Amino acid sequence: MSEIPRGSWQATASLAALRSRAEQSLFARGFFAGRGVLEVDTPIMGRHGVSDPNLDSIPATLKPSVGYAGSRAWLQTSPEYHMKRLLAGGSGPIFQIARAFRDGERGRRHNPEFVLLEWYRPGFDDGDLMEEVADLVCGWLDLPRPRRLSYRKAFILYAGLDPFTTSDTALAHRCSRWVDAHLAASLSRDDCLDLLMSHEVETALISEPPTFIEQYPASQAALAKTSLKDGVTVAHRFELYVQGIELCNGYWELTDAAEQRRRFERDNELRVKAGKPEMAIDERVLSALEAGMPECAGVALGLDRLLMLKLGCDDIAEVLPFPVERA
Amino acid sequence: MASHSTNEFRSGLKVLLDGDPCVILENEFVKPGKGQAFNRVKLRNLNTNRVWDRTFKSGENLESADVMDLEMEYLYSDGEFWHFMLTDGSFEQYPADEKAVADVLKWLKEQDVYTVTLYNDAPLSVSAPNFVELEVVDTDPGMKGDTAQGGSKPATLSTGAVVNVPLFINVGELLKIDTRSGEYVSRAKT
Repeated sequence: MSEIPRGSWQATASLAALRSRAEQSLFARGFFAGRGVLEVDTPIMGRHGVSDPNLDSIPATLKPSVGYAGSRAWLQTSPEYHMKRLLAGGSGPIFQIARAFRDGERGRRHNPEFVLLEWYRPGFDDGDLMEEVADLVCGWLDLPRPRRLSYRKAFILYAGLDPFTTSDTALAHRCSRWVDAHLAASLSRDDCLDLLMSHEVETALISEPPTFIEQYPASQAALAKTSLKDGVTVAHRFELYVQGIELCNGYWELTDAAEQRRRFERDNELRVKAGKPEMAIDERVLSALEAGMPECAGVALGLDRLLMLKLGCDDIAEVLPFPVERA
Repeated sequence: MASHSTNEFRSGLKVLLDGDPCVILENEFVKPGKGQAFNRVKLRNLNTNRVWDRTFKSGENLESADVMDLEMEYLYSDGEFWHFMLTDGSFEQYPADEKAVADVLKWLKEQDVYTVTLYNDAPLSVSAPNFVELEVVDTDPGMKGDTAQGGSKPATLSTGAVVNVPLFINVGELLKIDTRSGEYVSRAKT
């Protein structure tokens, strides 16, 4: 490995950026205090890691202790499982400024450890929550209110294809303009859509006004409810893009425990196919759903990226005191 | 042969792609939402010098290419090969073919030091230092009194390169040339 350069003890973010970071946290706390949303702190280290096939949790090792079988724990990729258990317990609306960890993610907009602003609103649906996300983001950044665009329309506009009706073969063929033919042929349908999303749709959104992308394919529903729309099943999931930067991911939350169990199982099938370890199913979160999690919408918003937009930074290192290389 | 995963890709790393040695210029990690992560990579093919944009699934591996940049002195040409010698005191010599020297030919002067890129121990390309000093072998006669004003004329240098020089330059003078732009910089300080 390369030698650590001299002076690398110093922060990569300027003092001015660190001040803005602190202001941003105050702003978020004030925003939710004004709306009667309770701040909570849930564990960043949990017994269970997320099953999502595209997220890799970072493992931790514990000494055996009473009431904690085994020695494995996981740094949380988001606080969603714990927060849902609070909701089922009757917490009412809650928010959290949470440390989140995702292994292998490092780039201009990624650091394996980052900060999520995650909140849940009982009684809201995805449309209501998009309004609140817009209030928060436009209250902090000087932006016009975001427009709403379906995943389907975004692909038709910016990639020139219908993500619901284009055949697997045609999608793979389309991806071969970016990857070699061998890899293109090995990509799953969702991999192809992810590739076109990041290479064509996101890049087009750089020069478009702030945009909520919504109504994702059901295969990308994760923890969102689904419903039928124009003859296809879509997920009540949304993401906000500002200058091509993906800022948040929100759901009208699935509350059906049986369906949630099927999705966890499907995730694990996909993980096995991809050669990744299976993740044990978090029975506690399923029990919480069974006990009755209130109908609600929830969203996670990347605070590091929000600050990048506030300060016009091109690299996440400019807003982090110490990115992973200096941590 | 060692291999490198996409998350180790950094600019300057030499890898094999489609059988050709390439140098990585840029590597951008992209990942939509909870989707599949990819690396968008810009590479220069060291055989053709063409720049490629290629996307890899994050975590994919590429074999490393046995490519090294070494300082060597240019000795002579036998018409088929151009011979270089390591400057590390080993006197080890490497013959470079016409393709390897094509870009540097017009700046090639015996006893000057060049950077030779070896691939599998054979010269793949030769690059000139940023500045070389070469003698003028042909140009229109110099005009005295024109030292300050603009105006230029072509001059042929000892290597055959033709560069634009100020009007006051004469045959036999040694000139400092910027090889990146191919432009005259100054008279060489002797």
